[in-house]
Amino acid sequence: MTKAEFRTPTGGRIDRGRPVNFTFNGKALQGYAGDTLASALLANGIHLVGRSFKYHRPRGILSAGSEEPNALIQLERGNRTEPNLRATQIEIYEGLVASSQNAWPNVETDVGSINNVLSKIFVAGFYYKTFMHPQSFWMKVYEPVIRRAAGLGKAPVEPDPDFYDKMHIHCDVLVAGSGPAGLMAALAAAKTGARVVIADEQNEFGGSLLASRETIDGKPAADWVRDTVEELKRFPEVRLLPRTTVTGYYDHNYLIMAERRTDHLPRGLAPKVSRQRLWKVRASQVVLATGAHERPLVFADNDRPGVMLADAARTYANRFGTLPGKRAVVLTNNDSAYQAALDLADAGVAIAAIVDLRTQLGGPLAAQAKQRGIRILTNSAVTATYGAKRVTGVDVMTINGSGESVIGAPTKIDCDLVLMSGGWNPAVHLFSQSTGKLRYDDALACFVPNVSMQAERSAGACKATFTLAGCLAEGAAAGAEAAKAAGHGEGEVPALPSVERTEPQQPIRPLWVVPSTDLVGHGKAKHFVDFQNDVSAADVLLASREGYQSVEHLKRYTTTGMGTDQGKTSNVNALAILAKSLASPIPQVGTTTFRPPYTPTTYGVLAGRDVGELADPARHTPMHSWHVAHNALFEDVGQWKRPWYFPQGSEDLHAAVRRECRAVRSSVGVLDASTLGKIDIQGPDAAQFLNRVYTNAFLKLEIGKCRYGVMCKEDGMVMDDGVTTRLGPNHFLMTTTTGNAAKVLDWLEDYLQTEWPDLRVFLTSVTEHYATASIAGPKAREVVAELAPDLDMSAEAFPYMSYREAVVAGVPARIFRISFTGELSYEINVPAYNGLYVWEQIMRVGAKHGITPYGTETMHVLRAEKGYIIVGQETDATVTPQDLGMGWVVSKQKPDFIGKRSFSREDTSRSDRKQLVGLLTEDPNEVLPEGAQLTATADGHPPIPMIGHVTSSYYSETLGRSIALALVKDGFQRMDQHIFAPLGGKTVKCAVTKPVFYDPEGVRLHG
Amino acid sequence: MLTINCPWCGPRDETEFGFGGEAHRTRPADPSALSDAEWAEFLFMRTNPKGLHRERWVHSHGCRRWFNVERHTVTNEITRVYQMGSASEAAETAPAAEQAPATAAIEKQGSRS
Ligand SMILES: [Zn+2]
Repeated sequence: MTKAEFRTPTGGRIDRGRPVNFTFNGKALQGYAGDTLASALLANGIHLVGRSFKYHRPRGILSAGSEEPNALIQLERGNRTEPNLRATQIEIYEGLVASSQNAWPNVETDVGSINNVLSKIFVAGFYYKTFMHPQSFWMKVYEPVIRRAAGLGKAPVEPDPDFYDKMHIHCDVLVAGSGPAGLMAALAAAKTGARVVIADEQNEFGGSLLASRETIDGKPAADWVRDTVEELKRFPEVRLLPRTTVTGYYDHNYLIMAERRTDHLPRGLAPKVSRQRLWKVRASQVVLATGAHERPLVFADNDRPGVMLADAARTYANRFGTLPGKRAVVLTNNDSAYQAALDLADAGVAIAAIVDLRTQLGGPLAAQAKQRGIRILTNSAVTATYGAKRVTGVDVMTINGSGESVIGAPTKIDCDLVLMSGGWNPAVHLFSQSTGKLRYDDALACFVPNVSMQAERSAGACKATFTLAGCLAEGAAAGAEAAKAAGHGEGEVPALPSVERTEPQQPIRPLWVVPSTDLVGHGKAKHFVDFQNDVSAADVLLASREGYQSVEHLKRYTTTGMGTDQGKTSNVNALAILAKSLASPIPQVGTTTFRPPYTPTTYGVLAGRDVGELADPARHTPMHSWHVAHNALFEDVGQWKRPWYFPQGSEDLHAAVRRECRAVRSSVGVLDASTLGKIDIQGPDAAQFLNRVYTNAFLKLEIGKCRYGVMCKEDGMVMDDGVTTRLGPNHFLMTTTTGNAAKVLDWLEDYLQTEWPDLRVFLTSVTEHYATASIAGPKAREVVAELAPDLDMSAEAFPYMSYREAVVAGVPARIFRISFTGELSYEINVPAYNGLYVWEQIMRVGAKHGITPYGTETMHVLRAEKGYIIVGQETDATVTPQDLGMGWVVSKQKPDFIGKRSFSREDTSRSDRKQLVGLLTEDPNEVLPEGAQLTATADGHPPIPMIGHVTSSYYSETLGRSIALALVKDGFQRMDQHIFAPLGGKTVKCAVTKPVFYDPEGVRLHG
Repeated sequence: MLTINCPWCGPRDETEFGFGGEAHRTRPADPSALSDAEWAEFLFMRTNPKGLHRERWVHSHGCRRWFNVERHTVTNEITRVYQMGSASEAAETAPAAEQAPATAAIEKQGSRS
């Protein structure tokens, strides 16, 4: 039951006709529709909501908005549980289940609060100081202990049952924030016909006006908000997005917004819409109307539950009809807390005293307070607070002349609520993210936007304009100006609504640490700066003394400004205390950089629908369905799904690969090679172009002939390889490795378009236009001959490295007699839509020879037996063709080609580079792990110099033993010597050999 | 994310493009005539300015054309976009002034030279 004693009798934006049941830490409670979890808890008299991060001190609700550092909640359970949500932002719904975080066994009796007693060891930098040595202790002892004691909430472990969307939009004017400035900006821009988007993180528009008792145009502010929103809705080009946080501001006015669509509804019962949406907005102009955050005051034990920001208390009373206490002491250094005191007094809270740090009073608000008999203590400070799980009273003393200390005897005042106001920080986060430059305003004691770097403008409280009239006027002007800049209207500012006259505020007295009886860090009291990270003023001073005097160092050493709130309430206080300790002006010490996101954002909304199978596109060959039907296991090569091996019965990888290898070497096998990159090259200068990009000669390649080529970059390092075939005088077909196809095309285009625009050459990717079946093995000729009866298949008529066009199984085909296995081999290319049919015909005709489909693993073994390299496996952008023993592919005659000049550089031409060799282990059954490091000696004490590594390693069924390829320093000179592979427990002795293990003469290829 | 004004397709998101490094680093006509130091200069050294930088981009997921972009490396403002071999490429060889003009211009005069 919501307790009547903590509710105003009437008023607020809650619906008293709609009670809402929820549980908090297992206790059944009730609030009203329109409550946040924070307002509903306060209405139930609950302030204690969590334990602090480091000292496990009891903590209450500090704020009423997204800046909340304390009231972090674990919401819901099971697959919808979500950690670190702010109670101040959670809209309650029927059946909501919430619990505190960072407390064990529960928030009332917390074991970790022993840390508070031991707080002397938990000073700034304690992680670094306490847990440094010995090193082995870190993983085993310190880290698990810290993790258990200092956790925030718990991430869900089950899959997310909800789905998320992304929206991509363009607009003329994006307005971030819907307070008085934001609404007027949207209205002004809308009236010009501009396309306007206005977003606000709260459930309804209005910002500070929702908690205001001011009038606009003679009506309550909330009514003016309602009418203005209705007016905005009538513009067809205006989009209103409540519950939407503008969370990132990137280059070229690209912003992202996170919209929560169903989080305010009972879980699982929401309509079938996405839970959240990520809006990606390209805005021509932006108006920032993001408001301001009230600053806490740094005074002794300022963290007890019941100590709250003054304006937050005002918001609870005015907007939520909730009384956060019965008897309040107000501590302030500026005028705004007087409004809070007056509003709370009207709502029924007794104001025990207003303790004002300033020496003199003035202005109408103070006069009103005085007139109503509220006790005002000027030039005074709260020097102590009392109470354990809830504040019960404060001590007040007079401040001395310097403002550094207090004098006289303390006056104790009983209270259950302490309201503090240390002034206001404009919410400059988005402005700062846009790379705008801030300026420190001494009079207002805050940072304000100074130099814009993008097409944006700030209006209202985020620009330190704190009067209602000022916010309305600035918003209207900003909206009109933004629309004009986006090409709409002439900058005409609409008529401004009338508001009550406001008196100028009296100056603030920025005492960054409120003086008390002990110097900071000397007594038992703690003066908290960053509530979420438990950073006190003493920690900041200690960091400063220890030399952490840059604000970025301070942040990392003390952790101030980190965590889920990113220091929204603490950054400026920490900075000011640091500046004071250095006797430097605040702007000289600087300010930390604000980075996206503005508030924590779910991974779900960032991922959108790009999860599971949609995380990355999968590319399938035309024969994919056949492979699936025949049990293939697949390997990802880039985005392609390639058959890895085709197990039969209970075969594992090794058994299947041995069988597939035997089939190819003894009879015939077939590989789906459709994924190899294919680039169609045409034009009068095509041969000239190829001659420049390959290391070997292509000018005189005959029509109908194929040639293997290697491409290097200008630095002489191998980039890709493949076979290129001359189809006609001006027509070539290049193949590339599967993974490099797109990169090679971009790179070729680069040279054609930028270096050699005089060459008349045209490139077209045809990878997906053709399906390719590679038929390999001694029986390959018989299979192809039966499928292509009109083709003369004799070795003389159709020799190795040549090309023919023929009709294969009734389909026009290109046949390349090339080989990556060392066997007699034909690659048949047919139009992709015939690929499956032709594959099936190959299998049908090949059946009598026992034709065996094989996958990439068998392909890798077969090519390694022949010493054929795989770019990216034997090479890594530090390997030249000569290092691979492929000097034969580098032309000595051509005057120039890409990479040639680099071969004569000192480093590339030296003879002791890492070179490709074969390795045979002493034990023929020992298969070295790929990547294994190699040494010249068998033993010795570390460090033992490494002379290379294993690039490929397999068990060869053909040879009945293991084989490996390796890059070894000075490898060519080590032929027939022994080197070693230290593998943890053992050292494997290997003989260095030539990298060709099988049929070195190539008899089988040419057969 | 940048908006890049492809000279052929118009303004598109950065994700459609590939970056190609500093522009106007012409491959030497006869690399064999260069000393090792000169060749290393071409291969490895870039100006990496703080300020206006002329660089190559390719519209990989669009028209596949390479072109030049002048971008301020501090603000990311794109001040010019121009085709390979356009008149302005030939004319502008010295680094431009630190101060960026307010609006981006597209220059299409002249085809590839
Ligand atoms: Zn384009």
